[in-house]
Order: sequence, then structure tokens, then C-alpha cells
Amino acid sequence: MSKSNFTRRGMLKTGAATGAGLAMPTIFTGAVWSDGHTGFTNAPQGDTVTLGFNVPQSGPYADEGADQLRAYELAVEHLNGGGDGGMMSTFSSKALDGTGILGKKVEYVTGDTQTKSDAARGSARSMIEKDGAIMITGGSSSGVAVAVQALCQEAGVIFMAGLTHANDTTGKDKKANGFRHFFNSYMSGAALAPVLGKQYGMDRKAYHLTADYNWGYTTEQAVRESTEAMGWETVNSVLTPLTQTDFSSYIAPVLNSGADVLVLNHYGGNMVNSLTNAVQFGLREASANGKNFEIVVPLYSELMARGAGANIKGIFGSQNWDWKLENQLGARYTGTNAFVQSFGTKYGFPPSQAAHTGYVQAMLYADAVSRAGSFNPCAVAEALEDFEFDGLGNGPTLYRGADHQCFKDVVVVKGAENPENEFDLVEIVEVTPAEQVTYAPDHPQFAGGSLGECNPGA
Amino acid sequence: MLGLNSKDFRLLLIVLGLTMLAPFILNPFPESSELAQFNAGYPDLMQRFVIFGIFAIGFNILFGLTGYLSFGHAAFLGVGSYAAIWMMKLLTMNVIPAIIMAIVFAGLFALLVGWISLRRSGIYFSILTLAFAQMSYALAYSVLTPITGGETGLQAKTFDPRILDGNAGELGRANLFGLEMSSSYELNLGAWEFTFNTGYYVAAVVLLIGFYMSIRIFRSPFGMMLRAVKSNQQRMNYTGLNTRPYTLAAFVISGMYAGLAGGLMVAMDTQVGPERMFWTASGEVVLMTILGGAGTLIGPVLGAGLIKYMENIISKINESILHQWFAFMPDGLEDLLISLIYPFIGKGWHLTLGLVFMLVVIFLPGGLVQGGQKVAGLFRRKKAEKSATATKPAE
Repeated sequence: MSKSNFTRRGMLKTGAATGAGLAMPTIFTGAVWSDGHTGFTNAPQGDTVTLGFNVPQSGPYADEGADQLRAYELAVEHLNGGGDGGMMSTFSSKALDGTGILGKKVEYVTGDTQTKSDAARGSARSMIEKDGAIMITGGSSSGVAVAVQALCQEAGVIFMAGLTHANDTTGKDKKANGFRHFFNSYMSGAALAPVLGKQYGMDRKAYHLTADYNWGYTTEQAVRESTEAMGWETVNSVLTPLTQTDFSSYIAPVLNSGADVLVLNHYGGNMVNSLTNAVQFGLREASANGKNFEIVVPLYSELMARGAGANIKGIFGSQNWDWKLENQLGARYTGTNAFVQSFGTKYGFPPSQAAHTGYVQAMLYADAVSRAGSFNPCAVAEALEDFEFDGLGNGPTLYRGADHQCFKDVVVVKGAENPENEFDLVEIVEVTPAEQVTYAPDHPQFAGGSLGECNPGA
Repeated sequence: MLGLNSKDFRLLLIVLGLTMLAPFILNPFPESSELAQFNAGYPDLMQRFVIFGIFAIGFNILFGLTGYLSFGHAAFLGVGSYAAIWMMKLLTMNVIPAIIMAIVFAGLFALLVGWISLRRSGIYFSILTLAFAQMSYALAYSVLTPITGGETGLQAKTFDPRILDGNAGELGRANLFGLEMSSSYELNLGAWEFTFNTGYYVAAVVLLIGFYMSIRIFRSPFGMMLRAVKSNQQRMNYTGLNTRPYTLAAFVISGMYAGLAGGLMVAMDTQVGPERMFWTASGEVVLMTILGGAGTLIGPVLGAGLIKYMENIISKINESILHQWFAFMPDGLEDLLISLIYPFIGKGWHLTLGLVFMLVVIFLPGGLVQGGQKVAGLFRRKKAEKSATATKPAE
């Protein structure tokens, strides 16, 4: 059917075409395209700047994601001079003036992480490659945060982490272009231990149920080390599959194990189910070793409290922030009321801690750009490193340069005994000051990573 | 040409044209226009189009030819990905060893899964493969954390050994003999902007090779045997023919395609997470194949493209963008329209996908390919009718 004739002319033709084809990729190397820019990825052109809000809009953390998105939209409104300005008036740095960032109007794009790292990276890449986003922020799980942080490092944009609590985000997986405002497992453990000691005594025996993934491991380790240092004993720890919905078989052995405290290292739906099972098994009324049996949930959120309903009454846990902070503990937490006020006016209910950390991250980024006078990620990172600020609702806070983690007071809460309404389900017990939750950057729980060099991209 | 008949060769040429010119085809709207929202010509999405195209082509070799419906193909994708990232961590950031080992490991795993699962057919086979996939997912998520990195997955790190690379100690980038996968060349033509990405072209060349091989398999005696399995396996067994080796071979080949896709995913974006093996990912490739047209050559590629387009483009339209579009309308009408459309965009893209899938299955059981044939047939019949009417008077 096909006849092959090798002719001199034919050979020359194919040879030339192949040569051109092989040579073509060399024009794709980076050098060519840095020209039109000013030395970093997605340098804003014209009078607008685009931020990327990458939050879970579907999947198990969709509620947190929706609340985060509300907060980001509010932050954009405030940055562009709309609304009542929110925390801009209480923020200790006055670099922001409501004219956008460096005079450029703030625009934003949104994406759905689906709480999956592949989807989150896909959506972040489309924001960077297609929409020209200069900063990516958001996320409601540590797996996603770690994945997107690494992507931003490679692409050369800043990543402002959202709701991520595992130590790894600023521990073994930390990156020079990534920053975390939210607290972490170590801080939860360090903040909870003294309060638990005061409430339940120093000679308790703990039993851990731990969700079988990275966040569970780091949280269990943190709580365990902090409580053991205080004199508690750990009787046993059992890993539970993440997809588990019925924890009866895990709860049943607890009562006869000799333990008198149950620590549930679970989050979201896991925690709601395991706590409900534990209460149904009568653990709250039980006593062991001559003491009342107690349950502890290291990481709390309003949304989880809503899910667990009456079962959560009197159970201790820790939070990054709570909307009642300033009202109950005074002016140290200034900014809280300003934020709750403008969020409430716009959406009709108080913000969750997910919303707060998102809003604050957006503000901190905008402020750092203004102080640095440039959108260059390296300049922004330099402005954020070792930055001390106040007035964003958490009291005086330090953005430590050594690992890009924020250090601030941690709120210890418990489920309210008599909640007045559905936004009042958690009650603030105490605030553990920042000094007590601070650790060395090379602490064993955070070992094994390095920030690397800041990458401005193109 | 190349051992293909002229019709298949034309199809190969069409795919060649589509993949090579994709940066132009996918970016039809000028950069500054409102419709730029619908542009899909950026590296990440183009890479996804071809990678999932390869995945679906491989799946189609099993499902389209033998009729065995595997619900666990994502497991091979995941195994390929983990093999590839380990090659990059241990050997070199060059993508060649990563891709080769991805295919090898996925093939071996497929051999094991297939050897067990193919003892049953029909729904039992589907459930067995699903069970294997979920098992792999659960293992990768927690039990095998030291190897798979658990929930947070694996990434290239600065302190990886990378014994073949001279520059260990720096953060390497995936490359093909020094040519970085992430490098792009941007071409500005008036208001249009086109991006040519190295990684995309590497993946596209692999897709072409994969597509060519799938045509050869479809047209080979082996492919004929697989079709026979689909139409009546019992009869074949009664004639004294053992079908198991054929189905197992098809299963392994299709697992290797999945591994290849997984390896390419790592080559384009050096990170792996266990949810790549979740059962929804296995379901997705079934949807792609059925949506495009199971058993057709080009169908799965089209289906993969459609699903990835909706996932990445429709899901990014948010309420404020709708407000921009309908700003010219009176307020009441604008709000009404937005509240009508809103459930179908953004996070509602699954709903839109579901509707499209239902429409296709009900009205075009042969998938998008059948739709294309119907449209083509419409034009052809019109022409025929015209010539018929033209000749009528002479009667």
C-alpha cells in the first residue's frame, strides 16, 4: 500500500524537519519568558492584583471552606476600602490604607480543593498559570496544605496556609514560600496539659484513640508528651481508620483498661461520631481508679461542636481563636470585636476560627507587601519573617522567621453547659500564654525539614 | 502507513493535529475578554487532558474490548505514581526512569490483581477490583505511611539521595535530559496569548504513542479475540479455548497504561497523595470512557477531556463572575437568572456533570462519538437528499 522511496531530496527534507523539531524545545526554557516580567512569577501588570482563594467547597470540610471564603471576600472588601474596614483599624501596622495593595485594586479567583491534594494542586496551578494569582491561600486539611505549599514553592508564589493543624506544615514539610498563622498540634498539647492537670489532677491515666493519618499521629504525640511530662501515664493508644463511623468496638475496651481519661485525637465527622459513641457507652458517668472518667478532644471547632450537640458539654479542647475572646478576656485580644462586627453585619452570624485565620492571613499578606513595597515573594517573605504584630484578635503575635509559624496565645475551651444559641456552644476556660506554647525551631516533633531558599519564580 | 489502514491513519493524524495545536485550540478567546474564563489552554489543564486521555485509552482496552468492568483502575494509577516519585527521589529527576518504573510496577501489580480477580466475571469481577483499589488506598493512607507518606503524600525534597544527579542537595525539578517540564514559552498574538509547555508536549507525544498502540491492539487478532470474549465468552470456552490468558493480558496492558498515566502525573507535578487511588478516581475513568464512547478509539480521550474541562473550568465560576456577566440586566431579572444558574456552577459542577452524563447515556448510548456520527450523518443525508431531489425531475 505504501511505497518507501529513499531519495536524496526526501532525506534532506525529513532531516531538516526532524532537526527543527528537536531544536524547538530549547526555546521553551525559562530564559525567554522572564523578559516581559519584573523578575518574579505573575508580577501584577496594570492596576489590579489577583489573589487565589483555594478552599474546600465540596467534601467533608465544605462548611469550613464556605466560612473561609466569606472571610476572604470580606478581607478583599476591606482592602479595597469598602465596608467598615474591620481589623484594619485595630491592626498594629498601619501600612494598609484601603486603596487596595500598593495602590492596586484587589481582585480574587476561587477554586475548590475538594479536600484532595491532587484537586487542590490542580486548582492552585490553574490560578497561577491561568489567572495570574500572586498569592494562594486557604485549605482545611494538612495534607492539602502541605501539597499546595510545595507547589507554591516550585512556582514562586507566596502560600498563606489556612486551617492546617498538623506539625508537619511548619515542621518537616516547611517551605520558604509558605506561612502559617493557625496553631499546631504541639501548641494544642502544650496549652491543654496545664489546664487538664489543674482540672483533673496530675496522676491520671490516659487512653488515646487516634485517627490513622499524619495529623492524628502528630496530635497524639504532642498531647502525650505534654501530659507525660506533667506526670500522667499513657495506658494505651489505638489507631482508628479515618473512614470509621462507628467507634463502639474501639470504645468498649477503654473502660476496663485501667485508664481514667480518654483522649480523642479525631477531627470533623470522626470526632463527632467517636464522642457520641463514648457518651452512649456511659463514659461520662463512669468512674475509674476512684476518679470521674473524663474525655478530652485536643482540637475543637464550632462546627464540630454543632455536630456533636449535647454530647460536647464540659469536654475540654483547644482553639486558635474564638469570637467571644475580647468580650470575655478584655482588650488584649483587640480586633476580635471589630472582625465579629463586620462579619456579622455582612453575613448575619459570628465567624468561625477558620474564617478568622483566613481573614488574618489575607491582611498579613497585604500588609507585608505594603511594607516591603513590592509583590516579589522574596521581599514579602522577608517582611513577614520575625514580624511582630498585634490587634488581629490573638493578642501580641510573632511570625517566626525560622519556620514561618505564628506564635500567640492558645485558647483552651470546653463545651458550654447551657448554650444560649447555636453560636455559643463553646465556652472559654483559659488562655495559655504564647511563652508556654513556644518551642525551639529544631524541636524533635518538628525535625527533618528545611525551609530552603525563597523562590521568586520566573 | 505505519501498518494502519487509511481510515485509522486519518484518525491518528487528527489526534496528532489536535494534540500539537492544543494551545491554540483551547485558547479561542482573547486574554482580556470576559469569555477568557472558558479558556483551557494553560499548562496544568492541557497536561491533565492528555494524561487522563492515556488513562482512559488504557481502560478502554479492557472495558471496551473485553467488557470486563474494572472499578479499581485508580489503584494502578497510584502504584505508578508512587513508583515514579521514588525513582525521582532515589535516582534522578529525569522523567525517563520514573515513567518506565511506573509502567513496570503498575504492570506487576495488575498481574497480581488480575490473576485473582479474573477468576470471576461480571459484577463479581467489578467488586473484586474495587476491593483491591480500596485496600491499596487504605494501605497508602495509613499502614504504609513510611513508604507512601500517608495523608500528606510524597514530594521531592532537597535532601533526597538522587544518586544519578550531580546536584543533589538542591531542590531538583522534573526534567527530560535537562529540559524542565515546567518551562513554557508564551506567544502573544494581538489580544491572544498562547502557552507552549514542555511537559505538555512530552505528555502529548506519549499520548500519541499510546494511541497508536491502542489502534494496533484494536485491529490485531488479539483484539479480535478480546471482542469475542465480550460477545460470548461461554461459547469460546465450549469450543475449547481458554480465554483467561487473553483477558489477563488485556488487564495487565490496561494496568500498564494506568501506570504510565500515573508516572506522567508525577513527571508534570512531583507529588503523590493517596486519594489518587480513592474509589471515586476509579469511577471517574469509567465515566470518561462511557461518556466518550466505550469500545471506540477516540471516545475515551474525548470523555476525559470533557470531564477535566468541567472539573477545572465550571468549578471556578463563582457568584461574583455571574454578577459581572448579567450586570446589564435589570436587578430583579439578574438575581433570578443567577439563582437559577448558581446551583450548576462552582461547587455544583458535579450536578452539571451528572446531568450531561444522564443525557448522554439516555440519548447517545454510544457516547460522544455516536453524537459526532449522528451530526455527520445529518449532513451527509441532507446532501444525499439534495442530490435526490435534484435528480427527481428527470424521472
